[in-house]
Amino acid sequence: MLSYSLQAGAFIIAGLLFILALAGLSKHETSKRGNVLGCVGMAVALVVTVLATQLGVAGSGGTERSGGLPASWGLAAILAPMLIGAGIGVFRALRVEMTGMPELIALFHSFVGLAAVLVGWVSYLEGAPAVNAGLHYGELFVGVFIGAVTFTGSIIAYLKLSAKMKSAPLALPHHNVLNLAAIVAFVGLTVWFVILPADQHVGAPGAAGGGVVGIMLLSAMTVVALALGLHLVAAIGGGDMPVVVSMLNSYSGWAAAAAGFTLGNDLLIITGALVGSSGAYLSYIMCRAMNRSFISVIAGGFGSDGLVVGEAKDYGEHRETNAADVADLLANSSSVVIAPGYGMAVAQAQGAVAELTAKLRAKGVDVRFAIHPVAGRLPGHMNVLLAEAKVPYDIVFEMDEINDDFPDVDVVLVIGANDTVNPAALDDPSSPIAGMPVLHVWEAGQVIVFKRSMATGYAGVQNPLFFNDNTAMLFGDAKTRVQDINQNL
Amino acid sequence: MLVGVPKESSAGERRVAASPKSVAQLVKLGYAVAVERGAGAQASFPDELYVEAGARVVSRAEAWGADVVVKIEPPSDSEIALLSRGAVLVSLLAAPRSPELLEKLAQAGVTALGMDSVPRISRAQALDVISSMANIAGYKAVIEAANEFGSFFTGQVTAAGKVPPAKVFVSGAGVAGLAAIGAARALGAIVRATDIRAEVAEQVESMGAEFVGVQAEAQKSSDGYAKEASADYAAAAARMYAEQVKDCDIVVTTALIPGRPAPRLLTEEMVASMRPGSVVVDMAAANGGNVAGSVAGELVTTANGVRIIGYTDLPGRLPTQASNLFAQNVVNFLKLATPGKDGELVLDMDDVVVRGMAAVTEGKVTWPPPPVAVSAAPSAGPAAGAGAVPAASSPKKPRDPRVTWSVLGVCGLALLGLFWVSPEGLLGHFMVFMLAVVVGYYVIGNVSHSLHTPLMSVTNAISGIIVVGSLVGLTQSQHEGRTDMAILVLSVAGVLLASINVFGGFTVTQRMLKMFQKG
Repeated sequence: MLSYSLQAGAFIIAGLLFILALAGLSKHETSKRGNVLGCVGMAVALVVTVLATQLGVAGSGGTERSGGLPASWGLAAILAPMLIGAGIGVFRALRVEMTGMPELIALFHSFVGLAAVLVGWVSYLEGAPAVNAGLHYGELFVGVFIGAVTFTGSIIAYLKLSAKMKSAPLALPHHNVLNLAAIVAFVGLTVWFVILPADQHVGAPGAAGGGVVGIMLLSAMTVVALALGLHLVAAIGGGDMPVVVSMLNSYSGWAAAAAGFTLGNDLLIITGALVGSSGAYLSYIMCRAMNRSFISVIAGGFGSDGLVVGEAKDYGEHRETNAADVADLLANSSSVVIAPGYGMAVAQAQGAVAELTAKLRAKGVDVRFAIHPVAGRLPGHMNVLLAEAKVPYDIVFEMDEINDDFPDVDVVLVIGANDTVNPAALDDPSSPIAGMPVLHVWEAGQVIVFKRSMATGYAGVQNPLFFNDNTAMLFGDAKTRVQDINQNL
Repeated sequence: MLVGVPKESSAGERRVAASPKSVAQLVKLGYAVAVERGAGAQASFPDELYVEAGARVVSRAEAWGADVVVKIEPPSDSEIALLSRGAVLVSLLAAPRSPELLEKLAQAGVTALGMDSVPRISRAQALDVISSMANIAGYKAVIEAANEFGSFFTGQVTAAGKVPPAKVFVSGAGVAGLAAIGAARALGAIVRATDIRAEVAEQVESMGAEFVGVQAEAQKSSDGYAKEASADYAAAAARMYAEQVKDCDIVVTTALIPGRPAPRLLTEEMVASMRPGSVVVDMAAANGGNVAGSVAGELVTTANGVRIIGYTDLPGRLPTQASNLFAQNVVNFLKLATPGKDGELVLDMDDVVVRGMAAVTEGKVTWPPPPVAVSAAPSAGPAAGAGAVPAASSPKKPRDPRVTWSVLGVCGLALLGLFWVSPEGLLGHFMVFMLAVVVGYYVIGNVSHSLHTPLMSVTNAISGIIVVGSLVGLTQSQHEGRTDMAILVLSVAGVLLASINVFGGFTVTQRMLKMFQKG
C-alpha cells in the first residue's frame, strides 16, 4: 500500500519540476536543463502512479478508489501500451524533419485531446462518487468537450500544415452562427446531463444497468464538440497557423486540467493550467505580432470577405537580378541581414542559407538574421530551422531588436517572406494587413527578394516592396538560388 | 574599347577622373585604359601606379582620341577639337547652364554624358557625383572654417581656464549639410542644423546635431530636392536665422535649388550681428551665394571681423579623396553601361539613368531629358468610387475607468457567489488551478522568442501527464473481480496515446535544444 501523502507529495514535486522546466526554457543557456527537469518530473509522476495502480493507495480520504489491478496481468496492461506509445513517440521525434515540426506538434496535441476524451468517458463509465455527483458530471462533460475540440482541431491543423488539405480557410455560410450554435448546444446538453436523475446515468449508485440517456447525451455532446473543432480550425487560413497551433496547445492544457478536476487529481490540474496559460499567452503574442485580435483569428475566414481595395493599383515595374550579381553585391558589402519566411522552410533552404552565412562571415561581412514573430507556421519556427542548419543563435535577432538597424544595413536578403516585409502595413490604411508590425527591410541600401513568382502572399496583398528602386527580385526555388550564390562567392 | 583619361586643364583643378583602383576595375570590365602623362600627379597618383593597375601612360592627343573619354571638368573648345567623331565623353557638363557647350559638342559629333545630371533615384546613387562631391565639400567646408576660426571647436577644461565649445549652425541638410554636421561634430562642436524639408529632422538628429525647425507650414519633397518657399515661411525662417546666426561661431550654408539662383539666407544685418572672428562658409557662392557679401572663390573679411568663405572648389581641395570617389562613380556608371563586361559600351536610352545623363547623343543635343519622378514619393490613395472601401477605423476611445471597475466588481461578486454555492472539495482544486494559471503566465512571459518552438513541444510533452488519468482509469476496470472491458480498452488506448506525447515530446525537444549553439 502506498501512503496517500507519499503520492500527493510526489505530485507536488512533479508539479514544481514542471514549473522549473518551463522557466528553464526561457533562456538558451538553461534550456537543456529545463527539458531534463521536465523529464524528471514526468518520471516521478509516472513511477508513483504506476506503483499506486499496483499497490493501491491507503487513506485517500474515504473514497473507495484504492483497488489495484490483478498481479497476474496488471503491470503488463500498463507497461505494454506505455512502451508501444513511447516507441512510436520517440521514433517520430527522431525522424521528423525540422521543417515538419509544426505538423508533428499539431499531431501530438491531437493525442492529448483524444486521451482527455477517453479519460472522461472512462470516468463516466466508472460511475460517480456518492457525494457531489452533479459536479462530477459537469467537470467530466467540460473535459470531454475541450478534449474533443482539441482532438479534431489538431487533426485539421495537422492536415493543413502537412499540405494534405488545402490551407485556404473554409468559408461555410454563417460560419460564426454555426460555432455559436455548437456552443449553445453544448451548454444545453451540459445542463441536461447534470440535472439528469441519477438512475438514468451509467454506473451511478442505484442505476439498474440502464443509463442509455446518459450515454446518449455524452455521445451527442462528443459529436458536437468534434464537429466544432473540425469547423473551427478548417475556417482558419494557413498563415494564421502560428496562432492556431499555440491555441491548440493551450486547449490541450485546459483539457488535461479539466480531467484533473474530474479525477480530483491536483497534478493534472497544475500541469494542465501551466500548459493552458502558457499556450494562451503564446497565442496572445502571436496575435499581437499580426496586429489582430484573438477573436478575429478564431472567428476565421481571413481574407475571404471584404476583398482588398486598391488591388489593381499599378506599382510599376519590378527589377530582376541574377545569382552572380547578388554574390558580387554581398561580397562587397559590410553588413547583410537575412529575413527568412515560410518560403525558406518550404524550399528546405536553411542549409544553403547557413552555408552562405558562413562564407560571408569568413569574408568579414557582418551577417544577421531578422525574424518576424509570425514567420513560419509555428512560433519560433525559423529559429529552429536556422539552429538545425547550425546558424549560431546570437546572430539571429527578433523584429524589435533589429528593426531600427536597417538604415545601416547594406543588403537585405528576403528569403520566402512576403507579408512580414510589406511596407503597405505601415503606410496604406486600406490594406488588410494595415497596422501589422513588419520588418523595415526597405530602409536598407539594397533588398534582394527570393521568390518563386510575382504571386501575392498569404494575405493576398500585393507587396509594394517588390517595386521599390532598391529592390531586386531573384526568381526561382530559394534553395537552388542560394546555392547558385554560394558557388559564385 | 579604349578609355582615355586626360589631365585636367582648368586652373586650380587638381582632381582626376580615374584612380589606380578604378583603372583596375575598368580593366576587369574589359576596357583598355590610356592615362595622360601626369594626369594624377596633383591627386597623389603617380603614373607608375596607373601602369601597375593595367593602364598605358600616353600623350595628351592619344588620351583625348580614345573611344570613351572620362574627365572631371567640362571640356574647353580646344579639347572638344581633340575628341574623335563618335566618341563618348563622360564628365561634368553643367548641362542646364551651358547650352553653347552642348551645341559645340553636338557639332563635334560626339555623345556627351553628364555625370552631374544622374537622376536622383535610389538605383543611381552609386553614380551620383553630386552626392559624392557634396559629401567632400561639406567636410572640407568645416575644415576650412576651422582653419580660419581663432578658437577650439571642442570644449575643454584646462589649467588655464574653461574653453567653451564652438557652436556651428548648418543650413540645409542635404548630403553636403550632413557631411558638414558630421565633421563639425567630430571636431567636438555643438551643432545645430535646419532645412526647409521638415522630414530630414531625423537624419539631422542621427548625425548628432539638433534640428532647428521653422515655425510655419513646411513642405514635402516629391523629387528629392528642395523647392522655393512661400512668403509666410520665408518670414518665419528669416527670424529663425537671425536668432541662430547671432548665437553661433560658425555658419555653413548649403542651400541650392536646382536650376535657380541660390536663395539668400543670411542678410547683411545678420552677418553684422555676428561676433568678430566668426566664420561663414557659403557653399552656394558659385550660384549667387546664400550669404550677403560672399564672393565666389574668395575669402572676404567684413567690417566687423566676420570671415566669409566663398570657395567654389571645395571638393578639389581634397584632390585624392575627390578623385577616388569621382573615379568610383565613373566606374559604377560604366558597369551599368557595360552589360556584357566585355569592354563594349552600350548606351540604353530606355534606361532613365542613361537617358538622364545623355545631354548630347551622337551629334544631337538631347537635353533636357523627360522628367523622372522619385519613386519614393507616396502615391495618392486608391481611386474614389472603387466601392467597398472599408470603414475608416475610428480611433479607440479610452474606456471610462468607472465602467472598467464596475465590470470587475460585478465579475468578482459573481465569482464569490459561485464559490459560495460550490462544494468544498472543488475550491481546494480551484485554488491550485488558479495559482498554476498565474505561474504559467509569468513563467512564459520571460521565454525568449527563439525558444517558442521548443517551449511548445515541452508543454506538449508535459500535457501528456494526462496519462496519469488513464492509469487511474485502468485500475477502475476491476469490479468485484470482474473486468469491465469497455473501461479497460479505453484506458489502455488513453495510456498509449498519452505516452506518445510524453516520450515523443521530450525527445524532440532535446533534439531541438541540442541544435541551438552560440557562434
